[in-house]
Amino acid sequence: MAKRLQSTKELLSLQEKIGASRDPEQKVVSVCAGTGCCAYGAKKLAEAFASSIEGHGLEGEVALRLTGCHGFCERGPLVVIHPEGTFYQRVQLDDVDEIIEKSVQAGEVIERLLYADAGGKTYEHEKDVPFYKNQQRILLANNGLIDPTRIEDYLAIGGYRALAKVLDEMEPEEVCAAVKASGLRGRGGGGFPAGVKWESCRAAHSPDGVRYVICNADEGDPGAFMDRSLMEGNPHLVIEGMIIGAYAIGMPGKPKGYVYIRNEYPLAVERLGIALEQAREMGLLGEKILGSELDFDIRINKGGGAFVCGESTALMASIEGEVGEPRAKHIHTVESGLHDLPTNLNNVETWANVPLIIDRGVDWFTSIGTGDVSDNPWGGSKGTKIFALVGKVNNTGLVEVPMGATLRHIIYEIGGGIIGGKKFKAVQTGGPSGGCIPEEKLDLEVDFDRLTEVGSMMGSGGMIVMDESTCMVDIAGYFLHFLADESCGKCVTCREGLKQLCIIIDRIREGKGREGDLTLLQDLGETIAEASLCALGQTAPNPLRSTLKYFREEYEEHIRNKKCRAGVCKALIRYSIDAEKCTGCLICARKCPQECISGEKKKPHVIDQDKCIKCGVCMDVCKYDAVCVE
Amino acid sequence: MDDAKLNVILDRHDRDPSALLAILMDIQKEENYLPREDLGRVSERIGVPMSRIYSLATFFSAFSLKPRGKHICTVCMGTACHVRGAPKLVEQIGRDFDVKAGETTADMKLTLETVNCVGACALGPLVILDGEYHGNITPTKLERVMKNLKKEQG
Amino acid sequence: MEPPDDKTVRFQINGRSHEGTRGESLLAAIRRHGYEVPSLCYHEAVSPYGACRLCLVEVKRGRRQKLTTSCNYPLQEGIEVFLDTDRVVRHRRTILQLLLAMAPEAEELRSLAAEYGVEDTPFVTDEEHADNACILCGLCNRVCNEVVGAHAIAFAGRGLHKRMESPYDDVAEACIGCGACVFVCPTSCIGIEETEQMRRILKWHRDLPMQKCAACGRPFAPTFQIMHFADKIGVERSHFDRCPDCR
Repeated sequence: MAKRLQSTKELLSLQEKIGASRDPEQKVVSVCAGTGCCAYGAKKLAEAFASSIEGHGLEGEVALRLTGCHGFCERGPLVVIHPEGTFYQRVQLDDVDEIIEKSVQAGEVIERLLYADAGGKTYEHEKDVPFYKNQQRILLANNGLIDPTRIEDYLAIGGYRALAKVLDEMEPEEVCAAVKASGLRGRGGGGFPAGVKWESCRAAHSPDGVRYVICNADEGDPGAFMDRSLMEGNPHLVIEGMIIGAYAIGMPGKPKGYVYIRNEYPLAVERLGIALEQAREMGLLGEKILGSELDFDIRINKGGGAFVCGESTALMASIEGEVGEPRAKHIHTVESGLHDLPTNLNNVETWANVPLIIDRGVDWFTSIGTGDVSDNPWGGSKGTKIFALVGKVNNTGLVEVPMGATLRHIIYEIGGGIIGGKKFKAVQTGGPSGGCIPEEKLDLEVDFDRLTEVGSMMGSGGMIVMDESTCMVDIAGYFLHFLADESCGKCVTCREGLKQLCIIIDRIREGKGREGDLTLLQDLGETIAEASLCALGQTAPNPLRSTLKYFREEYEEHIRNKKCRAGVCKALIRYSIDAEKCTGCLICARKCPQECISGEKKKPHVIDQDKCIKCGVCMDVCKYDAVCVE
Repeated sequence: MDDAKLNVILDRHDRDPSALLAILMDIQKEENYLPREDLGRVSERIGVPMSRIYSLATFFSAFSLKPRGKHICTVCMGTACHVRGAPKLVEQIGRDFDVKAGETTADMKLTLETVNCVGACALGPLVILDGEYHGNITPTKLERVMKNLKKEQG
Repeated sequence: MEPPDDKTVRFQINGRSHEGTRGESLLAAIRRHGYEVPSLCYHEAVSPYGACRLCLVEVKRGRRQKLTTSCNYPLQEGIEVFLDTDRVVRHRRTILQLLLAMAPEAEELRSLAAEYGVEDTPFVTDEEHADNACILCGLCNRVCNEVVGAHAIAFAGRGLHKRMESPYDDVAEACIGCGACVFVCPTSCIGIEETEQMRRILKWHRDLPMQKCAACGRPFAPTFQIMHFADKIGVERSHFDRCPDCR
């Protein structure tokens, strides 16, 4: 397999060969091996399948495939049986032999392992499950079909065909123009039109022709994992996008590539490393790629655990071996970025869109999404967006929808609504610098511009659902502390400003809020937003400002009535036991770290309020919902 | 770290000052933390001032300048984990093992760390013990996960 | 009048036309033309850093008008600069209040704040660090790196835990005791003590023996500093045996 391909022709004929050698009727047990499913024990599950296949004498007949993340992490570990496409969820080690015998050998469906919706209806195929059926998966389409550690799998589904097309048929300028015409906007948060950026970088002066092409894989937003999933599940898609970008931006010349990836994503680092090595062996990276004039390689740089390094100038400083402090961007990085040379930075999801746009065409891409980008790349949001739907929602996972899908569609049709039938309160989008959107905006059509209009932003696509048991003051405080901790600390407004916001919001959470605190928060938030050096500081007050705008009464209750309606802020609540519901099982008394719950067996228990530290363990362990918060 | 080993790491990165971050990561991987004496030799050999190394090593949260425990327990503090009760888990481990987040127990058995999201949000709240992920953690489940450690500690 | 070369640019400050050099610090240009803009982290001898945010101005370029710090803004042809607009004044006051909460006792800071009408801060002052007037402007660090070339100190930590210190907050081995950092510090928080035998830089825990003049016997500079400079400019160390007066 390690033969270097010398031309695009060789690539295409190899693809044909691989395609022809694949039997569509081949029995395959595919096990999701994304981070989520692995945490549920998918690796052991795969080993069990391997030995079961062997034990049943089925080697050669049944293949085992470890795939990337399917996105429905809530229901892991996930197993799909091909060619039927039977979709099993929450598969345990005990189920393995049964699956091999009944499902693979006898072709039966094991009802018990199918996904069942809230009404008890079961679904046999992945594509019919409401979570998937209501999505439009183009980027994630192949995550569940290919083994990300085998480049043949990617080639078999037409991988690197777009690269061949670019090298054979298109001038670099034409590629830039196509990306611009597609209306593709940066998926990392800013939503800047990618084609415009490419053209500026291409046009920028470089003394010796070096231009950097960087993939920002420092997915630091808490609650977002679409980039991780793409790199783990389909790394060649990202690599192909970058090679096309290198050709479009850097030729003729010397393009150089970097992927800056979080250290917290060990599996993605590993898979990406394997994929790069394979691409090099096949001549898709390195000198004279596919026999063309393009020399290009990609290096992996691991981040050291600093959220601010997702900011472009901080990221570049970090690649240069410096502390990740942003600098003012009066001179754009496309002109003077890494090592003061022209640099084009896009994030993982943006790069992943590129091969699809080239392969299927600009018209196809612009048919998906909102607005009109025919003469203005800012005129709409095209293509799909992957969201990480998490929090108090039934179906947690990765959701890919066309731009313009409503929040309601995402949260209810795909996400299956709120856990335990509780009341929806807000959805937080855009990561820590995004905003909280209230119920009355649920019909908002999600795209770059609509989200900004309501005081939030697209960010990298985190979507955190909150219900009535989430305190909006607490959540704003969470984000402020997060950002204060992750601020690089260079400029006064961001460092000291966020510190003071934290102090003020903490005293409100502790029931010590003062009249005038809300004005102080508002005014200071404005200064931080307007006078900070980089985007981290400039957007840091967003969660505060959006919660102040939509949930002001919760702040006022904390300050004036010393009340936290969600029952979260410790200083404002007390735990007690409902004597009617308590069965006297003693569990809470045993688990209480303060040993402050008393009561005899089978008789209602009582909490000693003087000793209680409000850790909430009693409430978490009670099986009878007898512990309540006041 | 013995000299030969350190040189292997430095050579792996061509003694390139811009690879400092990667060099520090390799040292920490070997030693579990960044020993001061090692950093001094790095400074001399690749010609980077100690002040800059110290600055980098304290800026990135991946690094520790203090020896860490035999076991490392990381609690994810991402948003999804936060709304599902991650702070309570940190408190619980803190109480059970008498350790604060970012610190190591007196017997050097356990270091308790927090991380701002590992991107496994469907499993929240999430605890990683010595590299192994444990999802959907409740107080009782956490006790089970930490049971062996507790025994080891005696 | 000579025709402007391509390095010279024309721009406006508060509606009046001025000239400057393309790419120079906007703050430097503004001050050269006699206008006042406050700053704490800027010094013409070192690269601008943009940390203290006090030198805010509004800059209009084309149709866009935005708030920016002037120290790190490279001067460009045709820009219109507005000093002391309502927006600038409002944010500058808040920034001064934030700085006062950091270093409430720093005399220089208090008098600067008073000049801009800020006597007090609504923000909580950090009692733990009340004796530390460092506002993390980074001037000492830049002077040490860019002018002296000693690289003795650096920022450590990040965010709320950021601090300026010698490695491990221990003796700064690379410090030559030149005192440049002490000289540029806007809040006089570094501290220097000198006796016949010793110069001591307090914040960096550095004690350095003094060189005595071979002629008059007066101690005039730390020996280590003299060696550093002799090596740097490539003259015999013996050149510095005598003090500047006796040389």
